[in-house]
Amino acid sequence: MALPYLWLLLFFVVPFVIVLKISFSDIDLAIPPYKPLLEWIGKNSLAIRLNFNNYAFLFTDSLYLHAFANSIKVAFLSTLMCLSIGYPMAYGIARARPALRNVLLLLVILPFWTSLLLRVYAWIGLLKANGVINNVLMSLGIIHEPLTMLFTPFAMYVGIVYSYLPFLILPLYANLEKMDWQLLEAAEDLGCRPWQAFYKITLPLSRNGILAGSMLVFIPAVGEFVIPALLGGPNALMIGRVLWDEFFSNRAWPVASAVAILLLILLVPFMMWYQSVQARETAGAR
Amino acid sequence: MNYRSSFFILTCIAFGFAFLYIPILSMVVFSFNASKLVTVWDSANSPTFKWYYALLNNEEILDAAWISLKVAVINATGSVILGVLAGFGLARFSQFRGRFTLNAMTTAPLVMPEVITGLSLLLLFVALEQLIGWPAGRGITTMTIGHMTFSMAYVTVIVNSRLSSFDTALEEAAMDLGARPFKIFFVITLPIIFPAILSGWLLAFTLSWDDLVISSFTSGPGSSTLPMVVFSKVRLGVSPEINVLATITLAVVSTMIVAVSIWMARRAKLDKGAA
Repeated sequence: MALPYLWLLLFFVVPFVIVLKISFSDIDLAIPPYKPLLEWIGKNSLAIRLNFNNYAFLFTDSLYLHAFANSIKVAFLSTLMCLSIGYPMAYGIARARPALRNVLLLLVILPFWTSLLLRVYAWIGLLKANGVINNVLMSLGIIHEPLTMLFTPFAMYVGIVYSYLPFLILPLYANLEKMDWQLLEAAEDLGCRPWQAFYKITLPLSRNGILAGSMLVFIPAVGEFVIPALLGGPNALMIGRVLWDEFFSNRAWPVASAVAILLLILLVPFMMWYQSVQARETAGAR
Repeated sequence: MNYRSSFFILTCIAFGFAFLYIPILSMVVFSFNASKLVTVWDSANSPTFKWYYALLNNEEILDAAWISLKVAVINATGSVILGVLAGFGLARFSQFRGRFTLNAMTTAPLVMPEVITGLSLLLLFVALEQLIGWPAGRGITTMTIGHMTFSMAYVTVIVNSRLSSFDTALEEAAMDLGARPFKIFFVITLPIIFPAILSGWLLAFTLSWDDLVISSFTSGPGSSTLPMVVFSKVRLGVSPEINVLATITLAVVSTMIVAVSIWMARRAKLDKGAA
């Protein structure tokens, strides 16, 4: 127990302290490209210089606030779309015959095991101007000129929903599988309509599954980099991409660190929420 | 369920699976396409294996695949060791100092955006190098450490949930018969949780094999992994060789998953028969 504990402490917790430290330092034309926080001035005095400019910069340049707001919007809408596709799927799988259920579950898991990068790449082939979708629609005579789909917000949403859908279905299925379906029959015997029974019984009982699945989509989607970079085009402003560019293109390590810290502050409440939902789920299962 | 609602559910399932599988199948189909335009079917010369030959002769991709394989195997093995220890601690000891922190530290990497994990690991490595001179530069070692940090979290979750549904009476019986704790672990506990360990190993392998973001932050010159090479190629547009790569990946992954799940289903049946 001590080994994984120390491992995570050193490689997961300590790094955040360093990110926090560097977010307060000055950018420097050196390797590594930042100035130390602590400096010996004179013989016996150590000076700490905290530089708040990186944060001030993030709040004055509208690009960053815009990217934050846009990331939250994209992640939130993608989560809703995942829910509206994933809920009926998880429900249907949970109610299927046991033999069929395992096959369907396997089919949900399979894409999750094949590379995300390759699955995102598949959408480039489908969506581009001479791509599969345009070719099919044109040969059917539905459209006469190719639609512009690649490098648009539409493509980015499709990519995110597509990639994160299994993350939503699996916890939701695990929750629905434990459900006592006799409750629904009882409700219908007592005169409830199917939709009413769903709304009053299934939905509230699957609340934890919905929340857990949604968090597994929402939290990583806010910081997503690969999908906006490949499908969203140059104007897709997502905070994960801004961080990446600050770091790799501008070599602005302190600014990238400040972005990471703000993103973390934004996401920590959701992570704690996810953990408490998980704890409730396992407690309920025992 | 009545007729109307089951029809609705069936439609949703059909639509959902079409959405999940059409992109994957399109890559498989077009991997046999002769045309360099990838998505425009060249019916005169297709199907062809020419891009398969091209891929197998592509040094850059093969080198990167070799690096990815090394990192993935070391990562999977290391993550399983750390993950089993952590999962064991969480499942068996309900009260210990630091339980809350350990639990939080193994849940957070599952949802943490990769750009944050990647950046923070890189800054740690740079700081460590300045402080104690290790790691000297970045490459396979730093990348593997990065992968292990998030992979072990997944292994922990799998092992923990398997141990939670585990009947401790078997271990107690062995203990009553005089077996030492060490022996009990290797003779009883380990074989029972073996399926969880196997899934954990495979999952950790896949996570590492697929990872782009954390690898990009923590790798050094000369240690580009397969996803890094693919990413730089894909940024320039579609390429027939990537379709081939996707098809091979898919074939390997699905064979493996089907084989493992058949094996596990058989094992579950045997367990039931024995009990």
